[in-house]
Amino acid sequence: MDYSDKVMDHFANPRNCRPMEDADGVGQVGNPTCGDLMTIYIKVEDDKIADISFQTFGCGAAIATSSMITEIAVGKTLDEALQISRNDVAEELDGLPPVKMHCSNLAADGLQAAIENYYETHQS
Amino acid sequence: MYLDNSATTKISSEVLEEMLPYLKDEFGNPSTLYSVGRESKKALEQARQRIADSINAKKDEIIFTSGGSESDNLAIKGVAFKLQKKGKHIISSEIEHPAVKETLHFLESLDFKVTYLPVYDNGIIKIEDLKEAITPETILITIMHGNNEIGTLQPIEEIGKIAHENNILFHTDAVQTFGKVEVDVEKQNIDLLSVSSHKINGPKGVGAIYIKKGVRLVPLIHGGGQERGIRSGTENVAGIVGFGKAAELACSQLDEHAEKLSKIRDEIIEKVLDTIPESYLNGDRDQRLPNVINFRFKAIEGESLILLLDSKGYQTSTGSACSSKTLEASPVLTALGLDPVDVHGSLRISLAPESDVFDVDEFVEAIAQSVERLRKMSPLWNNELDYNAIVGRK
Ligand SMILES: Cc1ncc(COP(=O)(O)O)c(C=O)c1O
Ligand code: FES
Repeated sequence: MDYSDKVMDHFANPRNCRPMEDADGVGQVGNPTCGDLMTIYIKVEDDKIADISFQTFGCGAAIATSSMITEIAVGKTLDEALQISRNDVAEELDGLPPVKMHCSNLAADGLQAAIENYYETHQS
Repeated sequence: MYLDNSATTKISSEVLEEMLPYLKDEFGNPSTLYSVGRESKKALEQARQRIADSINAKKDEIIFTSGGSESDNLAIKGVAFKLQKKGKHIISSEIEHPAVKETLHFLESLDFKVTYLPVYDNGIIKIEDLKEAITPETILITIMHGNNEIGTLQPIEEIGKIAHENNILFHTDAVQTFGKVEVDVEKQNIDLLSVSSHKINGPKGVGAIYIKKGVRLVPLIHGGGQERGIRSGTENVAGIVGFGKAAELACSQLDEHAEKLSKIRDEIIEKVLDTIPESYLNGDRDQRLPNVINFRFKAIEGESLILLLDSKGYQTSTGSACSSKTLEASPVLTALGLDPVDVHGSLRISLAPESDVFDVDEFVEAIAQSVERLRKMSPLWNNELDYNAIVGRK
């Protein structure tokens, strides 16, 4: 696979890869294209993402995009985080092979699902 | 350590030595009459003899081609077009290489009917199924000898026997077995056989087809009538010379290599299954090539496993959907009855005679560490998730 150095770095040294027992929101998404699966956990404070982590069952690109999106999202407000697109993730990774673009979809979808889950479970 | 020898092999120095003159001074066209052409012709015929000897065939039953894919195409289309007035039914298996499978799909588009025999969880067809599939319309049985992904061996001798009892031609793709396990066209009742050079430490882009004396087929490549009119085109002399040498080398040491490799193979299988939880062997334990192993590990994905192993210095491959161009799980592993999620975690290790230099314990440790690492990252490990529901599959 033609992965950029950045993809390889995030694959080999994934950031924030761990389950989160006391998460405020959990997003679990899968992808029928190839069958990958991702869980994103968020901790929310003052409407901001205070902590974020992931677990991924998927290819090198899927792991790298999960790792990257946790770096992009941390510290952002929930509204800002919802705006993160798959292209943002791919760009930060210096690009992805075309066949692997769907893996970055998963990361963006996973984060959205986690935020939605937070809203659903924390309505005041 | 290169452990992807089912994909291709490194050319051996003896083979390269033998080829070099034909890339330099011995440039003659084998079809010409003056001396440089005669030298090329002689070399070509020596290579033909070597291939023939290594499968117990006669020299004029060997036709050189551009490789396994062309040989498969020529055998299948050649017979289909020749015999279509007699019948349009072909029998094959569910785990053929694309060079066979796609050729059959093409013939189906021309109104041929193909029966793909199932392989069951051990990756081997059942003779009963074959007998039942035969119809008066059946003109060809094409079933591979050794599988390129899982390494299982089909009972070709028996298949050939049944084919002949029913007056049907038998073709087998022996690309993975040639030079690794015994191939004997007489004993194994074979009418047509495909072999390729680059799987046995020979050069790429050259192969051969064995066509039993008396079997007729329609050529794919028409032209100047080389290779007895069955395969026109000025011969790839250097490649063919290299192939001949590679075949001679592989076949003269076949027993020795098979013994050595199956020992390493068995050691890897035992140690992996012993030390890694939820690890499984794909394909029959015993009826397999001496050099091919295919595992699957629960809850991890193969491409990431390949990348980790590569970073530890081992080159291997996987049938995971994520590593295929079409993002589809390997049809071979799927034919074993495995779910896509299990196919994801597959790992193919394919050895070559030069693989005996590596330390099996270190390798197994590298696999164990990589699997464990990916499982720590996986939401599927130690977790009862409804996988199919989440990924949107039925
Ligand atoms: C079983 C089998 N058949 C056919 C082929 C195609 O051979 P070639 O690459 O020489 O065209 C291969 C190798 O890729 C193979 O493993
Ligand atoms: S997770 Fe399957 S291709 Fe990326």
